[in-house]
Order: sequence, then structure tokens, then C-alpha cells
Amino acid sequence: MNALLLAQGEEAQPPLIPHLDELVIGLIAFVIVFGFLAKKLLPNINKVLEERREAIEGGIEKAESAQIEAQSVLEQYKAQLAEARHEAARLRQEATEQGTAIIQEMKAEGQRQREEIIAAGHAQIEADRKAASAALRQDVGKLATDLAAKLVGESLEDHARQSRTIDRFLDELEEKAEAVR
Amino acid sequence: MSADQTLAFDPDCHIFTGCGFPAPGLHTFMYEPIFTVGSFDFTKPMLLAILGSIVVVGFFWAAFAKPKLIPGKMQMVGEAGYDFVRRGIVYEIIGKKDGQKYVPFMVSLFFFVWIMNLWSIVPLAQFPVTSLIAFPAALALIVYVTWVSLTFKKHGFVGGWKNILGYDKSLGAILPLIMLLEFFSNLIIRPFTHAVRLFANMFAGHLLIVMFSLATWYLMNGLGFVYAGASFVMVIVMTAFELFIQAVQAYVFVLLACSYVQGALAEHH
Repeated sequence: MNALLLAQGEEAQPPLIPHLDELVIGLIAFVIVFGFLAKKLLPNINKVLEERREAIEGGIEKAESAQIEAQSVLEQYKAQLAEARHEAARLRQEATEQGTAIIQEMKAEGQRQREEIIAAGHAQIEADRKAASAALRQDVGKLATDLAAKLVGESLEDHARQSRTIDRFLDELEEKAEAVR
Repeated sequence: MSADQTLAFDPDCHIFTGCGFPAPGLHTFMYEPIFTVGSFDFTKPMLLAILGSIVVVGFFWAAFAKPKLIPGKMQMVGEAGYDFVRRGIVYEIIGKKDGQKYVPFMVSLFFFVWIMNLWSIVPLAQFPVTSLIAFPAALALIVYVTWVSLTFKKHGFVGGWKNILGYDKSLGAILPLIMLLEFFSNLIIRPFTHAVRLFANMFAGHLLIVMFSLATWYLMNGLGFVYAGASFVMVIVMTAFELFIQAVQAYVFVLLACSYVQGALAEHH
């Protein structure tokens, strides 16, 4: 209710003339505020604001460096992976080549062996044929001579003539056989 | 209450009782001293001024005495207020480089004026200290001394006068007239309007609130209750409006102070 109190008898002061006591109190009151804020409290907060700014910038820097590191690690990893892939491809290629070479070699070996076996077989057959042919020639000569002797009744002991005739006969036979073949 | 005091407003005075409306006036802004030392009268507005200082300092003490990197609630609010004045007014008007030095002054000025205004609607206080011309005048005087001394410090004696008087050779014949106008405008009228703008706003606002409050009480009789209700609504509306005006006037006061300092620092007026 103080606002509603009026001092009796006191003249109302013109509102635009400052009261000196109030002016002094106003100055003192403001100086108190300014003193505390300017000397202590605002420097305090400025320091902290600066620290915070630095902390945030430091945090950003840290994050950036971490990102750069992560990037480099990733690149390293990618390079390693590529290398590994390359190596694997190389090995595969090598294995394929080696396999092909081995197969080739084996084929060649098989071929060679086959030919050897065939050749051996041919030689054997030739030898047998020759032996058989020699034996046959002898036997056929003898049989023919014996048969001729029986038929003629005389011994064809004349060895020289005899073998000449037989040989001529057999040669003719051979020629015939050659012609037929 | 001493014997030579009477109530300006009789609680039993209502409409239709033959009692006239006890309209508020200049006497509304006058207080009996709480105590007197010699010729010095200590009054309620003075008490509120000192309390206002304590509130501002107390708030910023709570917010900034032990500031932390990660702010608490008080610090967060304090920082918001601090940043509002620093970035929103000082850096905006004077610039970051030159303005840096004046931030503490302008922050103090803003919160001091605002709290002085705010007393208007604080229960029990209910008086805007700034509605007494002495308080805005004291602040305007500090601002005046600041920018005038700054002008001469920055530009020297002759340069300072040129700055204040808006000396510009290209004006030719009308230059003396301009200088005369600038002299009055800057050195005499400026501090006056600076103080009076704040004073008059607070004075008028307080007068309106008191007027509607008194009317509400006065009208409480018979049919008058209907009008009393309307008047009471106006008390609420005016109080809310004052809350807005108080902040705006504090802002304007500091804005002008910054603009004067900026003018003092500028090369060409």
C-alpha cells in the first residue's frame, strides 16, 4: 500500500527535474552492477566460452583426424584385398597352366609308350613271320621233294638241282602272293 | 506509519457514496522516506534500486561465478541473456572488433534497466524505479560522458568537434546552420531524449496500471461492480503489456547507447 501513500503538505515535485539523492543512488546502484559484471562475472564466462569454443574445435579436429585415419586404414585394407585377389588369380592361372602341361606331358608319354609297344609288336610279328616262313620253306621243300620222289620213284638226290628247282618254285609262289597282295 | 502521513486513498471510498475518484497523479510517484540521514531521505524507489542491483548481480553470480564448460540451468539462462546483448545489440551496432570493449557496460546497462523496469509488476514492489527521471538521467549521463569523451579521445579536440557537429565542407553555405543544429541535436537534446524516452514510458505505464487498479477498487459498489470487472481486466492486460514494454525500453535504451558509441567511433559522422 506504500504506493498509495501521499505525504501531506509536501509539494509534488515536477516530474522532469531529477532528485539529486535518487540520482546518486541510481549511479551507485548501476556502478555496483557494472563493477561485479565487468570485473569478475563476465571475464569468468568469457573464459569459459573461449574454452568451450576450443573444446568444440578440438573435438572437431579429433574427429577429423580419426576420419582421416579410418580412411587410410580403409585404403590399406582395400589395397591388401586387391593384392590378395591378384595373388589368388595368379595362383589359379599357374595351377591351370601346370595342370595343362602335366596333361600334355602325360599324353605325349602315353603316345610314346603306345608307339613303342606297337613297334615291339610289329618287330615280334615280323621275326615270327620270318622264322615261320623259313621253317615253312624248308618243310614245304622237303615235303615236295618227298612227294616228287614217291611219284617219280627215284630219288632226287641231286641236291644241287633239287634245291634250285624248289627255290624257283617257292619264289614263283612268293611272287604270286606278292601280286595278290 | 507516522502521524503526518495520510492515506492518499481511503479504502472505504467507493462510487455512489459521494466520494470522488481518487485519481492517481504525480503524488503516486512520491514516497515518504523509509529513514532519513541528515538531509538524505531514503525512499522505497531507492531501496528498489539497490535491491535491483543485488538481483542482477545475484543472478549473474549464480550463473557465472563458477562457470562450467557444460553449463547448468542458471548458466545457460545467463549465457542466453549475455549473448542476446553481446551479439544482438553490441556486435550488431558497433561491430565485433570495436564493440568488444563495451560489452560489459552494455550488458550491465540492459539488465539494470530491465530489472528497474520490471519492479513495476513485481508484487509488493509494484513501482518502476525508472519512472523517476533521476534514474534514467543517471544512466543517460553515464552514456553521455562515455560517448563524448570517446569522441575526443578518438578524433582529438578539433576532430572530435567536427565529428559531433557533422562538419562537411561540401555543404557550403548551409554548413554553419547544420553545425548549429547538430550541436543542439547531439549535445543537448540527445541525452535528454535518451533519459526521457525511458522515463516517460515507465511513468505512463505505471500510471495506467495504478489508474485501473484504483478504479477497480473505487467501482466496487452496486452497479459499479460491472465496470469494476472491466477495469480489472484492463489491469491484467496492462500488466502483460508493461511486461513487454519494460523489455523493449531496456532494449531501446541500450540500443541507443550503442548507437551513440558507434557514432563516436565512426570516422565520419
